[in-house]
Amino acid sequence: MPNPNPPPRRGSLLLLLPIALILLALAALFAWVGGWFGNHQLTPQKMMDFAQKSGTQAPGFRRAHSKGVCFAGTFTPTPEAAGLSKARAFSQPAIAVIGRFSASSNNPYAPDGASPVRGMAVQLKTDDGQEWRIAMNSFPFFAAATPQAFQAMNEAGKPDPATGKPDPAKMKAVLAAHPEIAAFQAWAKTAPRSDSLGSTRFNGVNAFRLTDAKGVDRMVRWSMRPRTAFVAMTPEQLKAADADFLIADLDQRLAAGPLVWDMVVQLAEAGDPITDPSKAWPDTRKETTIGTLTLAHAEPQATGPCRDLNFDPLILPVGIAGSDDPILHARSAAYSVSFNRREREISTGKSAYPVVPAAQNGSAK
Amino acid sequence: MNRPRHFNLLARVLHWAMAVAILAMLFVGAGMVVSLQYRAQLLDLHRPLGIAILLLAIARLVNRLSRPTPALPADLPAIQKFAAHASHWLLYGLMLAMPLIGWAMLSAGGYPIPLFGGVHLPAILPHSPEVYGMLRPLHGILAYLLFATILAHLGAALFHAWVRRDEVFGQMASGERK
Repeated sequence: MPNPNPPPRRGSLLLLLPIALILLALAALFAWVGGWFGNHQLTPQKMMDFAQKSGTQAPGFRRAHSKGVCFAGTFTPTPEAAGLSKARAFSQPAIAVIGRFSASSNNPYAPDGASPVRGMAVQLKTDDGQEWRIAMNSFPFFAAATPQAFQAMNEAGKPDPATGKPDPAKMKAVLAAHPEIAAFQAWAKTAPRSDSLGSTRFNGVNAFRLTDAKGVDRMVRWSMRPRTAFVAMTPEQLKAADADFLIADLDQRLAAGPLVWDMVVQLAEAGDPITDPSKAWPDTRKETTIGTLTLAHAEPQATGPCRDLNFDPLILPVGIAGSDDPILHARSAAYSVSFNRREREISTGKSAYPVVPAAQNGSAK
Repeated sequence: MNRPRHFNLLARVLHWAMAVAILAMLFVGAGMVVSLQYRAQLLDLHRPLGIAILLLAIARLVNRLSRPTPALPADLPAIQKFAAHASHWLLYGLMLAMPLIGWAMLSAGGYPIPLFGGVHLPAILPHSPEVYGMLRPLHGILAYLLFATILAHLGAALFHAWVRRDEVFGQMASGERK
C-alpha cells in the first residue's frame, strides 16, 4: 500500500511491478507443481476419478477392490528369513497380523464368482514399532508395465454409452501400444479359479529390495502359497455360486481350523525385469520360504479393523525397500487418494456403510 | 525506548533457515500428492522435515516471546501495522499447526510415522476415519493458506525494502554493525 505522503527517500511505486511479478512467478510455480495447470501427466487423482466414475462406486468404499472381508492371524518367520533381511518381521518369533481379502471391482456387492482377481492385504506391526503392509493379488503378473498403460487399458475397457460395450478399436490400439496387456487378458480369461480364498495363491508382483544385517541387498518378489489344496471351479459353477460364496466358505473353514499360507520370496538374478511387474520371473529362480501366515478369524469389513487401513505397499520397515517399479509407486499414490476420499466420505456422513446391514456385506453369523 | 534495531542473531538464523525449509516443505507437499512415481520418496522427506520445522518453530516462538524485538517504523499507517502483526501471528500459528496436524492426521489415519532409520513417532490421536476425514483436507487447505501468507509476507518485505526504503527489511536481513 503506497504511503500518501512519500518522503523523498522513498522508492518509485513502479517497483511494485517487479514485486508483483516475483509473487506471481512463485504462485504460478507452486500451482504448476501442485498440478493445477499445465501439467498434463497422469496423476493418482485422475486415475481415481476414472475408477470411481466406472462400475458401481459406493461412497465410503475403496475405489477398487471394494468388496472385502477382514481377517486376523499370525505371521511366523522361518529361521532362513533373518538371513535375507534385518527387518524385525523376519526375526520376531510370532507377529499378530490383520488383513483383508478382496474382489477386484469397485462394486462392494459384486458376485464372488464374477471376479477374476482376488486380493490379499496384510498389516504386520513388529515389537520394534515398525510396520509392514503387503498388498497382493491372485494374478501371477500385473496387467501392464506402467500406470499409463494400465490407465489406457481401463479407459479402453469402459463401455461406450452408445453401444453399452467397449469399443474394440480402442482396445486394439491399446494392445498394439502395450502388448504386455494381452498376456494378462489371456490369464484373466483362462486361469482356473479355486473354490476358496483359503486355496488361492496371492502374489506381490512388484519387486522389493531386502537388506540383510551385513548390508547385502537382494531383489525379491514375494507370494503367499496356500497349504489348502487347489480345487478348480468350472465357469458354470462360478456363475451359479452364491454372490458371497467365498466369504461363506472362509467362515466355514475357519470354524473348523486355521488356514495357512507359506510366504515365499523369489530371488532375482542378473537381467531379471525388476521394474516391470507385467513380466514374471522364470520359475527356476531360487526361492526361500520366509514365513507362514496362519489365519484364525474373519469378520465383515463394515465393522472390521481392515476397513480404515490403507494397505499401501510402500509402508515398509527398515530392511525392506521398494524397487523403482512404476506400478508399485503408482499403487501407493492411488491407494492414498482412494483412502483420502473414502475416509472423507465416512467422516462427512456420506458413506454407504451405515445404511447397509453388515449381513449383506459378508460373513454374517 | 529500549528496543533493539535488529532481530537477534538466533531469530535471524531461524527466520532464514525456516524460510528455506518451509518453502521446500510446501513444494514437496504440493508435488507429492499428485506424483505417481515420487510420492514415497517425497513423503519420506516430508515427515522428518515437518517435525524439524515444528521443533524450530517452538524454539523460535520462545525466542520471540522472551527477547525484545525491533519496532515497526513510527510513520507506518495503522492498517499496515495491523496487517504486519496479524500476518506474523498467522505465520507462527501455521508453522506450529501444520506439523501438528500432519502428525495428528497420520495418527488418525492409522499410519505409522517413521522419521529416519528405525526412528518413528507415536500416534497422538486414536485411529479414526471421522477425524482423519477432517484433518486430511484441513492439512491441504492450511498449506495453501500458509503459502499465500508467505507470499504476502514476501511482498510486504520487498515493499519495505524497495518502495518504503525503511528499516524493516534490514531488521531481519542484517545485525548491528560493529
